[in-house]
Amino acid sequence: MPVAWNEPQAAEIVRRHVGQEGALLPILHDLQATFRCIPLPAVPFVAHALNLTRAEVHGVVSFYRDFRDAPPGRHVLKLCRAEACQAMEGDRIARQILDRFDLDWSGTTPDGRLTIEAVYCLGLCACAPAALLDEAPIGRLNDASPDELAHEVGA
Amino acid sequence: MTLRIFVPRDAAARAVGADRVADALVTEAHRLGIVLELVRTGSRGLFWLEPMVELETGGGRLAFGPMDPADVPGLLALGPQAANAHPLCLGRPDDIRFLKRQTRITFARCGVIDPLSLDDYRAHGGYRGLARALFLGPAATIEEVVRSGLRGRGGAGFPTGIKWRTVADTDADRRYIVCNADEGDSGTYADRMLMEGDPFSVIEGMTIAGFAVGAAKGFVYIRSEYPDAIRVMNEAVNIARASGCLGADAAGSGFAFDIEIRVGAGAYVCGEEMSLLESLEGRRGQVRAKPPLPAHKGLFGRPTVINNLLTLACVPAILAEGADRYATLGSGRSRGTMPIQLAGNVRHGGLFETAFGLTLDQIVDDIGGGTANGRPVRAVQVGGPLGAYFPRALFDTKFDYEAFAARDGLLGHGGIVVFDDRVDMAWQARFALDFCAHESCGKCTPCRIGSVRGTETMDRILRGENVDANLALIEDLCQTLKFGSLCALGGFTSYPVMSALRHFPEDFSHPRLAAAAD
Repeated sequence: MPVAWNEPQAAEIVRRHVGQEGALLPILHDLQATFRCIPLPAVPFVAHALNLTRAEVHGVVSFYRDFRDAPPGRHVLKLCRAEACQAMEGDRIARQILDRFDLDWSGTTPDGRLTIEAVYCLGLCACAPAALLDEAPIGRLNDASPDELAHEVGA
Repeated sequence: MTLRIFVPRDAAARAVGADRVADALVTEAHRLGIVLELVRTGSRGLFWLEPMVELETGGGRLAFGPMDPADVPGLLALGPQAANAHPLCLGRPDDIRFLKRQTRITFARCGVIDPLSLDDYRAHGGYRGLARALFLGPAATIEEVVRSGLRGRGGAGFPTGIKWRTVADTDADRRYIVCNADEGDSGTYADRMLMEGDPFSVIEGMTIAGFAVGAAKGFVYIRSEYPDAIRVMNEAVNIARASGCLGADAAGSGFAFDIEIRVGAGAYVCGEEMSLLESLEGRRGQVRAKPPLPAHKGLFGRPTVINNLLTLACVPAILAEGADRYATLGSGRSRGTMPIQLAGNVRHGGLFETAFGLTLDQIVDDIGGGTANGRPVRAVQVGGPLGAYFPRALFDTKFDYEAFAARDGLLGHGGIVVFDDRVDMAWQARFALDFCAHESCGKCTPCRIGSVRGTETMDRILRGENVDANLALIEDLCQTLKFGSLCALGGFTSYPVMSALRHFPEDFSHPRLAAAAD
């Protein structure tokens, strides 16, 4: 179950990083690991805790693609769109996978089961095309992959 | 009797089923009543053979691959004595041609040892480099790195020893070591493999650097797209700390050194050293203008050695074996070895560490075996998304920093992506500009605006609108990007674009986008 924003948990996360040099990114990562996104009230909360302006924290949150403003689907599939995967027909297979779930890039299925995002390189370039389902690496995607992925996420 | 079997835990091996093979081994061994010692190693880097399993026999290890869980019962039924009769037997790993032809220095232990066993690391030469550095002292350690000819493996190729000397010569209360493991270039995976397969080499390399320049703290900045590497590096640092290899008296050296693992957040530009430092400090990963150099004013305003992970990881071997041995390898001013990473549409995709100086056709045709699907090779992109595309006509180019620069290309981090004859080079040029737009940090105008306008202009070319005039515009824009950008992202985007244009002009002359809405 996703955890709703609450200050005690956020305060505990911030406390863990007290004294750490350049703590903002580690704090944001931990907040997202707990709340599955960076909830709106987290920005002034962290700004206050680190003696930064809200603009500075917002600037950081919005700069990095990893930080979300809303929780993703229960599963997140990252499909690589970089050159090594392009060379192995990654674009075509990515399209098949998106179509299988009736999604476009960054979309989430209406039942909240799956979000599909583009990623530029997973370091699996000798096993292209590649993907990351949650934290599980998948290589050599092929025409059978859309159905296998559907099975994997229970769709 | 215990049966010792080695199965990679490398993310790419897992991506093609290594965990399922490991599970099948455990299940089948249990069924047969065999006592199994399963060692999860890094990968040897022969990815077309992954999952590649190694079995310890009286005559050394035997390799098998690519293994499927269904092949496991047959292998265990044969046992170590008769295993060489298995149809997937590849013989002794070191005799496999792809491995046999390599000179493995940085990757000597990768795929061989248990990455999280300090005993294994020490038994295979680990911490001999630090011991020699401690014996030599800081100044002589730096001179050893200078004499080895080691240059930055991240792409810029700056002499590592000179960088270290600059930091050591500063007057400062604190200095830092930063290991750049933000390996974002498509076609490269050497940093990832090493973090997952031999993390202590990174830790030892950073410790040597810390000792040499007088730094007590190091950071490893790992991209978030590498969850396995982050996990292994964190565990390795904890193990090193618990065993005294890091801490107040690092590895019994009498000096303090500790390492912290930091995770990026999906910004390619943070592989650029100035952005990386900003990100480590907790800010937007926007490029800082140079000077001041990081060596003078780096992390938190202190003198900082920022090196690529491969650079730091080969330092222990250079110290242990001596600079001369390393410097005898290579060609021209490119000394030592480079882990070449073969990727994309290639038959024998994998990591090939070798002395500088092979030609592209040797690498692509002979070592790589051409394309995976058997179609002709039409182009290779060397050095990641900011590297040039090379046509077959230039496959006589030698793999070294200067030879590539002379042909308007770059080695980058050593990745080579192979494309077959169906590649559309105008699309690849468009992708390069679009990628730059996607990843631009927004600090300088040529990159921020130029990449967007460049993508739009490429779309016009793809629609067949005023092709000659628009190509001239692209060429002009590339000049602006190259000479007007603050960092390599904008500056080097001209390499893929201009090389595609120059070497594959025929791909730019026929319209293929509908002349629809702009």
